[in-house]
This record gives sequence, structure tokens and C-alpha cells, in this order.
Amino acid sequence: MAPLATVMVSPSQAPSQTQQPAPGTLPAASPPATSPQGGVAGSGGSPFGAQAQQAGLNIVVLDPAHGGTDPGARGTGGIRESEIVLDFVIQVRRVLELQGFQVVQTRQGNENPSFDDRSATANAQRGAVFVTLHISSTGLPGTVRVYVNSDLPPVADSNGLIPWDRAQGPFLGLSRTFGDLVQGYLTQRFKGSPDAAQTASVRQLRTTAAPAIAVEISSVTVEDRADLDRMAPGVADAIARGAAAFKPSYVVPNTRGALP
Amino acid sequence: MTPRWKFWLIGGLVIAVLAAAIYFPILRRRVKRAAKLQQQSEEQARRELTQPIAINLGDPRVKTKLFWASDTIDSTLIPVTVEMPLSNDPVLRSKQVLNTLLAGPVDAELRTLPPDALLLAFYLLPDGTAIADFSEALATSIPSGIVSEQLAVNSITRTLEANVPQVQRLKILIHGQEMETLAGHLDLAEAFVVNTKPAQPPVKSAPAQTSPDKPATPASDKAPAPAPGPLTADKPPGKLAQPERKP
Repeated sequence: MAPLATVMVSPSQAPSQTQQPAPGTLPAASPPATSPQGGVAGSGGSPFGAQAQQAGLNIVVLDPAHGGTDPGARGTGGIRESEIVLDFVIQVRRVLELQGFQVVQTRQGNENPSFDDRSATANAQRGAVFVTLHISSTGLPGTVRVYVNSDLPPVADSNGLIPWDRAQGPFLGLSRTFGDLVQGYLTQRFKGSPDAAQTASVRQLRTTAAPAIAVEISSVTVEDRADLDRMAPGVADAIARGAAAFKPSYVVPNTRGALP
Repeated sequence: MTPRWKFWLIGGLVIAVLAAAIYFPILRRRVKRAAKLQQQSEEQARRELTQPIAINLGDPRVKTKLFWASDTIDSTLIPVTVEMPLSNDPVLRSKQVLNTLLAGPVDAELRTLPPDALLLAFYLLPDGTAIADFSEALATSIPSGIVSEQLAVNSITRTLEANVPQVQRLKILIHGQEMETLAGHLDLAEAFVVNTKPAQPPVKSAPAQTSPDKPATPASDKAPAPAPGPLTADKPPGKLAQPERKP
């Protein structure tokens, strides 16, 4: 099991200047953080007191799953999950940017960052949501499922800092709200998809300190890749609509290390 | 007139061709059989070495719930009730139900676990945490994806929940090792909640009929307790697949 570490949420960081805190390290000048129960840990005074206003959702971190030596699911027609999700992400990014969101990708090409590296990209942002995209090997072709992480053991750290390996814990409620919104838009477009987001222990989501969902499209078993490509605009539109609808309910305290 | 030696030469060749024609199919069969034996995977060899958990006919016959994929609802589990002799010892009982689950239903389409996956070992700690060690095939042969990996783990935890009340949590190992994920998606770092109800010895009934699509969740204090209830047949008693026979 990974050692406990602090997840730092950096204030007003530009997506292009992605700071990736290494798992297992504790920043030297760590400010107090609100506890998951809502209390404030530490001395109470924020070093950013004068700026203690609230920020909203403005960044979407998109994670095309797999890549590099890991092709993910493979179909009989030579379809590779790692390639298709990258194409999907490009379309999702375009629609999100049209709606005014800043977009950060965990990989640009055929690389395979670790789970922790992908989470670190998201955890370095402020006011962000995280969406990891997958294509399944099974399931009814033409449907899409949204997953949020299963319940995690409560954060036991008395100083209110979030253990890296349970970073998703305090965000589960927000992730559920975000996931249900995106799933709702997807189900309108792709009949046969579930009505609400599903729960699963998805490794990628566990270490992500932001509202986080996994979107899994069915499936690589389609005979023609074009069948999947035709789904991309609908998936992109649903994610963008979901993010826009979620925006009012996600208010981030403008304090370093603060929790929702 | 043809010389005598030519006659014998041609005759000899004809006999050789006939002998080859007869022997060739036999040779081909032998080569195929040798190739097949060579292709036998490490998993299959291990399967032969691993002693199957004997079903003791003296054990009481119990209605056993096994969770396989539904043939009507996409990516959903459905309980199938079969009557089989089960030990009262929780470790033996767990091995028996999991091996039956791995053997799979008659309809291979309804499988949730790869046919070549094996249960290598099963331990039960005093606090109710079980450790199930599966062969590598569970991770390498399963279709990659959140939905398929979740279905596989759910079928294991739900089957244990329904038949072995002593198992409270389940930690899954692959070939004796802790793995980060099952096949790239599902988190294996934490133990999965199986049953939060205090353990009671299995006598004639197994607890907790719950909804088939309840997801397996990592062990946590917040885990919901399944409602206890008597065992009822959800479907007519199902048929089990015959165990694979080795030549």
C-alpha cells in the first residue's frame, strides 16, 4: 500500500503549468486544511485570508486511459482502446473549450502515465473535475456507463490532511452528483444506458482529489470502428453538458489544501 | 522386355507409397497430439497438480446460491440456486462454492470468471477477513474493462455472502501476490466487503438475499449491512457445468 501523503490543491494554477506533487511527500509549507467533516484543522488562520473568496469549477482534466505498452481492450477488428479514447478526448476537449472550460489532458500521445501520475495531474489543479475515458470489452454495444468510486474507509488523519491513497474519499458526494448528471445526458443520447451513475472500485478514481468519474463506452466488440467513432460527438456533448450543469454546485474554498 | 530389377524397383516403390499412405494419418494424429501437449499452459499444468476440493457426499445437501451473469439484463448478476453437499467448515465450504462458481454454468455465455482460472488457496482470518488466492488466469483471461472486472469480483463476493456467513471481507490475491488492479481497472488494494452481519454457523440456511446488481465495495466502516433473510429459490434449481476432463 502506498504511504500516506498529503494531497495539495494549488491555488489558481494555470493548466499549462501543471504541478505534480509526488505521492509520499509532504510539502514543507503546508497550510491548514479543512477536515473532511467540515472543521478547520491547524491554527485556523488562512495565509490567504485576504483572498478568502470562493472559486468555482473552471478546469476539466481528461484522462484517456491506457496507452504506451498497455493498449487496453482489443477488438477482433484490430480496435485498440488506447487509440480510440485519445480520439474521443480530442472531441470532448473541443466541446468543453467552446463552453469556456480549460482542459488538461493526462496524456497527449501514446504514453502510459501511472495511475498516480494521472491523479497527480488532476490534484495539481484547482477547481477541477476529472473524467477518465474507457472502452469496454463487453456490454451492450452503443451504450455508455458512468462510474463513481465505491465508498472508501474514512480518512483517519487527525490533522485533516487527505491520505494520497484515499484522496477521493471527501469528494465522493460531489462525484456522485457529477456522475449522475453526465449519465443522464448520456442516457438521453444512447438508449439502453443506465439511468444513474454506477458504483465501482475504479483504481484511477481512488487517488484523485477532485470530483471524478469514469466513462466507459461499449464496446471494442463492434465490427466496424466507425460505429464507435459515431458515438464520440454524443459522448463529448454529454460530458460538456454535465460539467456545465455541475458547475453551480461545485464551489471550492480559495484556500490551499482546502476540501469541499 | 522390362529388366527384372526394374520390376522389383517399381514394386518396392508402390509398396512404400501404400505404406506411407496408411501411416501418414497416424503420424499426423501423433504430431497434433504432441503439439497439443506442448501448448498446455502453465495454468493447465497447475490445474492438474492442484487437488480439487472433494465434495463429501456425507455433508448435508444445501441450497446454494451462485451468482452468474444474467441472460436477459446486460451486465447484471443473477442468483441461481443449486442443491449440493456443503461442508460446515467455512474454509472448506468457501472452496467448494468458489470452485463450483469457477466451473461455471452450463451456458458459457453466462460465465463471470475465465474458464481456466483456478482457486489456488483460501484462508479465513479470525476477524472474518478471507484471503482468496487465484491463478494468473483470473487477471490475464478476463475481458478488460470496468464492467467485466466488476462483474467478476461481484460474482465472487455475492456467492460468498450468500453461502458463507463467516466471511466478512475478501482480499483477492493473484498467484500469491497483491495486485494493484484485476485487469487494469478494478482496484484490488483494499479488501471487499462481503458481509457485515455477525457470523453465524451455516446450518440449513444461508443469509441475505440482496439485489443482484449490488456492487462489491472496499471494506469500510460505512458499508451497508445486508438485510438477513431466509434462503429462497430465485429461480428453479440450476444445472452445473461438468468439470473439465483431462485425457
